[in-house]
Amino acid sequence: MTVTNVHKDPDALTMTITVELDASIERAWQLWADPRQLERWWGPPTYPATFVDHDLAPGSRATYYMTSPEGEKYHGWWEVLAVDPPRRLEVKDGFADDSGKPNDDLPVGRMVVTLDDRGGKTVMEITSHFPSAEAMEQVLSMGQEEGMVQALGQIEGILAGDAS
Amino acid sequence: MFHALADGTRRDIVLRTLDGEYSVSALARRYPMSFAAVQKHVAVLEAAGLVTKQRKGREQLVRGNVDTVRRATQLLDRFEAVWRGRIDRMGEILADDPNGGTR
Repeated sequence: MTVTNVHKDPDALTMTITVELDASIERAWQLWADPRQLERWWGPPTYPATFVDHDLAPGSRATYYMTSPEGEKYHGWWEVLAVDPPRRLEVKDGFADDSGKPNDDLPVGRMVVTLDDRGGKTVMEITSHFPSAEAMEQVLSMGQEEGMVQALGQIEGILAGDAS
Repeated sequence: MFHALADGTRRDIVLRTLDGEYSVSALARRYPMSFAAVQKHVAVLEAAGLVTKQRKGREQLVRGNVDTVRRATQLLDRFEAVWRGRIDRMGEILADDPNGGTR
């Protein structure tokens, strides 16, 4: 379980993270294909995700929400653009209103996941494409405490005079 | 910033003007398109806060806005932290349940 590479392109607004998983490709695919496993990792423990619908057939939508410590629900959706189990998944991801209906006023991103069998281990690459900095901010505001921790670290660094 | 960076010419203009000021006409000479087309790209970038424009005599000077670009970098840093958290949790699931098979 090792992150082997992270590539960020601030001009194209993409991030690719590459990780080596100590699991077969079929096992690794279940992390995405089984909604009960997916919801154990998609949201942080304080903002757990619940997948209401989850079907990875092309053209299908998955809908989910994340619940804040105060009980507030943040809704999102995926639309499956392409799928090739257990090797590839490409989805559009966006926000939804309280009923789970897609909110077209908010930006839509795209995520491409590839899995590669390396003799019993699996190399997984996830690329996130964002349409705008605002889109990134909105996604980060959706209960992504890890991002907040990072942001706080940056603020502390700036206060300590290390503004690099 | 919506869609402002989706275009290759616009990304090129931002990178170029982060290194120094360019007039719109100097930029226009660098791309195989009309002055008006380059002016339009600059207007999109200006509206997104990625460049600023300043009049100097007869020229409009375009300069990349480092703060906006830095903001994109910081946001991507935060996304890296989000995904590292997710990947840690994936590792826990695989360790708890190495064979899977719940479906």
